[in-house]
Amino acid sequence: MNRGPIIFLGAFSAMALSWVGLIVQPQLQLGLAPQTTNTINPVELYPQARSGLAQQGLQVYRSLGCATCHSQQVRQDGTVFDVALTSLGTNTAELVQAVQKVNPALSPAEAGKLVDMTPQNVLAGVDKTTADAAVTNLSVGGAKAAVHLVALGPDLARGWGNGRSVAADYLFDQPSQLGAQRIGPDLANVGLRLPGRTWHFHHLDDPTAVVAKSVMPPYRFLFEKRKRGPQPSPDALARDGPTPQFDVGGTRTNWTSPDALQFDALAAAPGGDEVVPTDDARALVAYLLSLRADVPLFERPLSVAPPMPTAPATTAPTAAFPLPKP
Amino acid sequence: MSVICPPAPEPNAAGLVAPAEIDRSCRWPVLLLFLLAVSWLLIASGLALVASLKFHAPRLLADSAWLTYGRLQPAAANALLYGFAVPAGLGLALWLSARMGGVPLRFPGLAFGGALVWNVGLKLGLLGILLGDSTGFEWLEMPRYAAPILFAGYALIGVSALMTFMDRRERRLYVSQWFLLVALFWFPWIFSTAHLLVSFAPLRGVMPAVVAWWYAGNLTVLWLGFIGLAAVFYLLPKLLGGPLFSRYHALFAFWVLALFGGWTGIPQSAPLPAWMPAVSTIANLFVLVAVVAVVLNVRRTLTALPAPRGRFPLSLVIFSTAAYGIANLFSAAAAIPSVAAITDFTLFTPARTQLYVYGFFGLAMFAGMYHLLPRLLGFSLPSARLIKLHAGCVVTGLTLSVAALALGGVLQGRALNHPESAFLDSLRPALMALRLSTLGDALLLVGHTALFLNLVGALVGWCRAVWPTVWAAALRPEGREVAR
Repeated sequence: MNRGPIIFLGAFSAMALSWVGLIVQPQLQLGLAPQTTNTINPVELYPQARSGLAQQGLQVYRSLGCATCHSQQVRQDGTVFDVALTSLGTNTAELVQAVQKVNPALSPAEAGKLVDMTPQNVLAGVDKTTADAAVTNLSVGGAKAAVHLVALGPDLARGWGNGRSVAADYLFDQPSQLGAQRIGPDLANVGLRLPGRTWHFHHLDDPTAVVAKSVMPPYRFLFEKRKRGPQPSPDALARDGPTPQFDVGGTRTNWTSPDALQFDALAAAPGGDEVVPTDDARALVAYLLSLRADVPLFERPLSVAPPMPTAPATTAPTAAFPLPKP
Repeated sequence: MSVICPPAPEPNAAGLVAPAEIDRSCRWPVLLLFLLAVSWLLIASGLALVASLKFHAPRLLADSAWLTYGRLQPAAANALLYGFAVPAGLGLALWLSARMGGVPLRFPGLAFGGALVWNVGLKLGLLGILLGDSTGFEWLEMPRYAAPILFAGYALIGVSALMTFMDRRERRLYVSQWFLLVALFWFPWIFSTAHLLVSFAPLRGVMPAVVAWWYAGNLTVLWLGFIGLAAVFYLLPKLLGGPLFSRYHALFAFWVLALFGGWTGIPQSAPLPAWMPAVSTIANLFVLVAVVAVVLNVRRTLTALPAPRGRFPLSLVIFSTAAYGIANLFSAAAAIPSVAAITDFTLFTPARTQLYVYGFFGLAMFAGMYHLLPRLLGFSLPSARLIKLHAGCVVTGLTLSVAALALGGVLQGRALNHPESAFLDSLRPALMALRLSTLGDALLLVGHTALFLNLVGALVGWCRAVWPTVWAAALRPEGREVAR
């Protein structure tokens, strides 16, 4: 009996199921998806196409295989909610009682102090139901409270983003460079985290000069050495100048020349050698700076912590999108 | 039908072609495919070694774009996959279809040409990756100008294998033939779908990444897995000189893998709707059931027979099956969300890939080569010491690499999940693992050099032996063309 054709057809259709399930169906769900809207500001469509230079930079990123070591996917473990008083209303005594009712752990003195220092968190790290109930309970005498969503997870705690990466983030990327390794840090929001253009040039030219013990190889072939003209070129780097220093956001702090906002502190006199980023380097940096997936979406709800007078000032940029009151 | 199935058909019965004749018909295409496989293996391990040196000294060879890690590493992975794994698998598949069908290989010239075409595509593709034309998707890096050539080469070889299968005299199918037939057909489907949707008519946004994950899952479980299992199920009874324990265990594994194997590729961390990684989790667990059937089958076959243990290629087959089991355990573990939270984005993933591609598939292919080469050449390989050196280096290097990467990956993942420690702290175990794996890579390189030397030595010896006959035949008067 020749069962070859039957076996073949049976097995082939079994395997083709995965093609239907993992190619056709996701294409209908994701591949044909239109831009989505910002949940806070619904007239704003997301994502917006990257600039032309950044799109060229994506091709440099692909070509150099940056995705071999860098992922662009932020994970999120879950969400909790904070409840904050935003305005006191007219009846402070009743409000203090309400605060105590919402958060029984507070003594009357603490509750009073908390009300005095408004805006202030009344509850932190609770679930949505508790948060909503607290808002209702706090609405006494015209007082107002707001719920803020806090996304959790080690990636977010590292400052790699404000919320999880979602499929919409990559809609206009051709190719999308998700990566599978974290030999280097995640880059999904590197444009938010390190907005300094100069930092990136220095980092590409010599990673260890700006990140001690970095294992990233230097990309010196993205820079060219050439004779300096009467005016230094924009973005020229001084490899033998003073070691550049940057603040957390990647803005250089030890400028040595008054017009250094345009170019680095340069030792090179006219006629000397200067090191200039190539077009590839400029494009790559433009792409890196365009990596900022911080827009609140239906599948990635985001909000900001309310301004806390007692909280330490944070240097990490955060998205300023208050969540609408439930 | 008894549960104990007959051993792989030995086409000695009346009406079937003599094995020696079948071997002769396969000789040229299979030898060429094996020679290509072994040469590319050597190149792949060289590239991998240079790439891994970058973790000792990031500034090493950093001044040329084509030597940057982001290009060397994919080039090494592609050379291993499309230079070694696919040609070796195809070579074995050709021979197995002929031997188990009891017929000489059909269209050996076509298969030979196909191997050459594949090689051209591969060279072009690897050069493209090094020059920066990679598509940027893992295992699909081959640029758009190389992929169609590879496809054409595969198709030519596939036609030869398929025609041989159609013309088989031994009508009853042995389990290995099921695996072979389906794998041979599935590859063109996944390869063309993937390249079409990634390079030629690219889908939008995250979809090409989904296609790449689907492709990688399919290539792993349904091509490497099936060809490797075909080899294991053929070689094991053959080397033991007895029957396979259970045909039904094998067929059960076949159907479970065919149904669920294609769904396994989506990683848990993927920024996709939650149903997609969830489907992959379930599929991976089902695949594990099939793997248990395979491992049990192999184990029972071994215990049921008075095994000539320690007989050389057999130990490779056993090691390969063990690697299959462990690699699939790794996959299943990494598909469970709570484990994936640690292992995703770490070196655990390459450890698993290496164990699957090298440990399972590669060792099965080496066993197949050592079984086949003497039959194809007509004499055994020149150096038994080189064989020993090769097997020893490969098994040691592989164990070292995989153990270091897997353990390092878990430590790296745990450190990554502690945001209060700096990112660079997570690199410390990772770098240690990568540096240990350099040692593994070096051992592999030594082993592969031994295999290469042995094969080249055999070919040179063979040419020397054959040359006088060919020369004499060419000089015989009746061989001369007479002008009319």
